[in-house]
Amino acid sequence: MSVEILELNQKRRGQKDRVEYLNILFSETYKILFLLLPVLVSVAMIVWLDRRIWAFVQKRKGPNVVGPFGLLQSLADALKYIFKEIIIPASSNKIIFILAPVVTMTLALVAWAVIPFSEDFVLADINVGILYIFAISSLGVYGIIMGGWASNSKYPFLGSIRSAAQMVSYEVSIGVIIINVLLCVGSLNLGDIVLAQEKIWFVVPLFPMFVIFFISALAETNRPPFDLPEAEAELVSGYQTEYSGMMYAMFWLGEYANILLMCALGSILFLGGWLSPLDIFPFTMIPDPLWLIIKILFLFVLFALVKAIVPRYRYDQLMRLGWKVFLPISLIWVVLTSGYLMYFDLLPKN
Amino acid sequence: MKISRFLKTVFMFDFLRGLIIAIKEMFKPKKTINYPFEKGKISPRFRGEHALRRYPNGEERCIACKLCEAVCPAQAITIESSEREDGSRKTTRYDIDMLKCIYCGLCEESCPVDAIVQGPNFEFATETREELYYTKEKLLENGDRWESVLAANIKADNPHR
Repeated sequence: MSVEILELNQKRRGQKDRVEYLNILFSETYKILFLLLPVLVSVAMIVWLDRRIWAFVQKRKGPNVVGPFGLLQSLADALKYIFKEIIIPASSNKIIFILAPVVTMTLALVAWAVIPFSEDFVLADINVGILYIFAISSLGVYGIIMGGWASNSKYPFLGSIRSAAQMVSYEVSIGVIIINVLLCVGSLNLGDIVLAQEKIWFVVPLFPMFVIFFISALAETNRPPFDLPEAEAELVSGYQTEYSGMMYAMFWLGEYANILLMCALGSILFLGGWLSPLDIFPFTMIPDPLWLIIKILFLFVLFALVKAIVPRYRYDQLMRLGWKVFLPISLIWVVLTSGYLMYFDLLPKN
Repeated sequence: MKISRFLKTVFMFDFLRGLIIAIKEMFKPKKTINYPFEKGKISPRFRGEHALRRYPNGEERCIACKLCEAVCPAQAITIESSEREDGSRKTTRYDIDMLKCIYCGLCEESCPVDAIVQGPNFEFATETREELYYTKEKLLENGDRWESVLAANIKADNPHR
């Protein structure tokens, strides 16, 4: 009798576990979709914004036909890409060739998991958030290397070599810049980093670091003036040369998702994330996530303007800027920051 | 490196100036037009699609002198002619291969009676090559359709001929 009851209990517990498991699964999937769909839609919108700003600076009109103000242009482009044929070069390494855009796009989207939109509106509130983002964005280079290598063609290959070298060198200085911020915060949690800026945004005391971060972010996301990997004048379009149809579109989506991510990171590290600039009436009306979005948009407009006004760097200039200018300056700044914090006994205590 | 140059580099003076110029330019009126909806102005001398013109009484202007055929550098024009019952020489065939044509305007220039002209129409793309082998009928139809514009253009260009 007692054995039967035990078995029954076990069965019930098993069922309960299963229901709980399914509940968690569904709620997490729901959360992920709730995060990723807006990100993907905003990527499409941001492409439109980018082209539009670029056109405006050059006194052109830019895409303005599809939808109101041409807002649906990216949708039309995506539709076109979906219906285009995917051409896989005969001499390519097919598995890696197909995997490369998938890797690029997945990595660009995965990193959004730890971005906090407000104090409790964050998918994964992990304590090593900044390390996680750093790790994911370092992996991003693999998509490009794989694409360039698997194409088995000279331009993609050269483009991916350049890209690898560029991203590795600028990641170093981004890492050191992040150390500056972390010294002032005393935590790797992105939410804590934002909360530490309640008194003053880090862009004020660490302004040079913000500028270097911004420039490094340009290099990290292969944006002009550092778009050497796809320098169309020399390399056709770099590692994307052999790609077509939806695979090309995925590279493109991944690239812009990465740019958005870098803008989000910049606004969290330096511009106070979801915090409003002043804690008085008209500013407190706007909900927290909207503040983050406004800051991301501000940084993105800067990204787009930079694309419109600067010429492309030469490769050796790029390397010199990364290793001989940015790295020493940010290292010196680490010493200065930590010295300042130690001397005035301002180190964050946890 | 001079100190002033160094300071300029550190504070990204040139970059900031460029940024300000870019932001100023953004709000200036645009130079482009919404092409399919609004079109740019075209000179009366514009050398577009060909047309064969008629006299006001409906008679073809072309007298089959074959000057255009002779002058055509791309040899795109083919003309055959015969005598009509009233004794006038007229073309029986007047073909222009629009794919060979280089739109140089020499045919129009050589024509003694302003019969073959190049009109303002440049939007005559087709989906097959065959549609671009223009025959006499097609050219005359073009002439009828564009006559008012063609006459005005020739008149406007007359003092410069």
